[in-house]
Amino acid sequence: MLRLLKKILQTGVVTEACKVPKDDELEALGIQIKRHIDKQFSGSIAIRQVDAGSCNGCELEIHALNNPYYDIERYGIHFVASPRHADVLLVTGPVSRHMQTALLRTYEATPNPKWVVAVGDCAACGGEFGVTYASCGAVANVIPVDMVISGCPPTPLALMKGLLGLMVR
Amino acid sequence: MSSSNWTTDFLSQLADVGIAVEQIPLPAISLWQIASPQWQQFAELAMLADLRWASGWAEHHDERLFINACFEKYGVYVLLRAIVNTAKPELPSQATVYPAANRSERHSQDMYGVNFLGHPDNRRWTRHKAWAKNHYPLRKDFPVAGMPETITPPDMDYPFVKAYGAGVYEIPVGPVHAGIIEPGHFRFQAVGELILNLEERLAYVHKGIEKIAEGRNPESLARLAGRISGDTTVGHTWAACRAMEQAAGVEIPARAALLRGILAERERVANHLGDMGAICNDVAFVFAQMQFTRLREDWLRTNAAVFGHRLLMDKIIPGGVACDLTDESAALITQGISQLRKELSEIMPAVDLNSSLEDRLYTAGYLAPDIAKAFGTLGYVGRASGQDFDVRRDAPYAPYDQANFKVALEDQGDIASRFWVRYKEINAALKLIGHFISQLTAGDILAEWQTPLPGSESLGIVEGWRGEIMAYVRFADDNKIARFYPRDPSILNWPALEKLTLNNIVPDFPVCNKSLNGSYSGNDL
Repeated sequence: MLRLLKKILQTGVVTEACKVPKDDELEALGIQIKRHIDKQFSGSIAIRQVDAGSCNGCELEIHALNNPYYDIERYGIHFVASPRHADVLLVTGPVSRHMQTALLRTYEATPNPKWVVAVGDCAACGGEFGVTYASCGAVANVIPVDMVISGCPPTPLALMKGLLGLMVR
Repeated sequence: MSSSNWTTDFLSQLADVGIAVEQIPLPAISLWQIASPQWQQFAELAMLADLRWASGWAEHHDERLFINACFEKYGVYVLLRAIVNTAKPELPSQATVYPAANRSERHSQDMYGVNFLGHPDNRRWTRHKAWAKNHYPLRKDFPVAGMPETITPPDMDYPFVKAYGAGVYEIPVGPVHAGIIEPGHFRFQAVGELILNLEERLAYVHKGIEKIAEGRNPESLARLAGRISGDTTVGHTWAACRAMEQAAGVEIPARAALLRGILAERERVANHLGDMGAICNDVAFVFAQMQFTRLREDWLRTNAAVFGHRLLMDKIIPGGVACDLTDESAALITQGISQLRKELSEIMPAVDLNSSLEDRLYTAGYLAPDIAKAFGTLGYVGRASGQDFDVRRDAPYAPYDQANFKVALEDQGDIASRFWVRYKEINAALKLIGHFISQLTAGDILAEWQTPLPGSESLGIVEGWRGEIMAYVRFADDNKIARFYPRDPSILNWPALEKLTLNNIVPDFPVCNKSLNGSYSGNDL
């Protein structure tokens, strides 16, 4: 126990400050919903992440948002276990046809008002996989998308800026 | 039977029972062709001779289907092939002998319409509802676009195994899970909290990787291979590039091989750090999760600073690598290694002495060595259950052929074993990275590409962080890919999860699953 406490003390707080993105950065993030969102969310958002066919690269970086460097919860952004608790669906991957109904049902299960963020190049445009017998391609081909965070995979910083952009006043 | 000539002895055994083998030398591997009716008999003899079933896939050529299986012993691989007609594509199943071949044969059944006679479980596997029963996506006459419905219906009527009796109930989980993880379906039969049976239903993230690989050029295939499983981007790209390079007769420069080794070991360390944290997190020991995710982040930042990508995507390319290492970068890596060593020397004793962790990880999720062997489990899953195999040591390739390292091995087979094997592998990887850096001499990092002859084929085998990765490549004319089949270690490790969760309680399933950490995407393709 002492070793454990010692290590915690030695490590200290490593969390880094992150700036809310500026207007031109928001433009680059492709945010179609504007500032009224913040009122709806009252300063915090609950996210349900849905892997609809990703290679799991995006998941690794979304995971990193919870590590002590980024600690995204301090901004009131937290990940929830059910779409019924969520304001935002964070969808990765080209949507595989085998996941199409599951994604549609997850979307339907999310209460209004809700927003969909497509994360990664595959979710944005189909990426390396495109539209085939097995893949529907971009998330927008299946459910309405409000915002796109591109990258293969997007870095935690890009993800963070994108999500803070949702809450910018 | 000595280690070097088991093939000679085995061939004479085959001859004794009347199995005629046509031997065809391929680059880097020997191909044995037999008559299709003897497919199962070959497997029976292979089992007696203690060969490991490593991989299976099919190929379509006009009126014929090539059925392939790969076996290994003492680091020597043999590619077995039988040819059947598309008019009557059937041959006796090897899954009756090797449980490891089960899902692979079901994949070939769904994708090519191969009928494996006597298969113990011929339910559909990769196919859900995205294509019809009598359509076979990997046959050449099936269009890439397919004939999908506007909305693909859910796979509702899959015949899961049922349990009946007083107090027995069923728990369906997924495909959308509660955490930030990939989709898949688990069907539990339980009494109280005890798991009586677990059945996996995967292929939710089937993206048609094998189909869209066809017609690509080598660079494009390497990019696709890097996205088979994002956490194994280095491993899969290396395996695919090795296969293509062998088929084309391209020799990569020594410096490129060392850099590939550094990239692969860095990927191993990053993933093991993440897994060790996640295993602890699944039993609510958050201290370790925070420490390990912090160390992983440090490690990934060094990746970004040195190689320009946190997960090292697209750094391996056909003929070599796309990134060089300056002296300053090498110093940065060396510094990161000593920092990580120091941190781990403080964290591991705190983890080791923690009784709550001990309570949850020891004896839980037990995988017996004989079951681990029967399913051909690989990497840390196999090595935590006494399966002493590592491609880097047993079938070494550059740069591992010039390096000495210890392969981690445990035989307790529980979650704690899989945790500690990962820790030992981190230590070995850190040593290897240091060794590779010390071996670097000035030189090229990219060899000139040569267009391979149409029909050239080869098998690229490397040790990824999850275990042995196998990539099969055949070229068509004009540098185009005719067939690509990547075998992620998860394909062999997933079935072991159904076994190691038995007699555990349902709340321990997440940590059992994490200790194995199969890739859904790498399995579903």
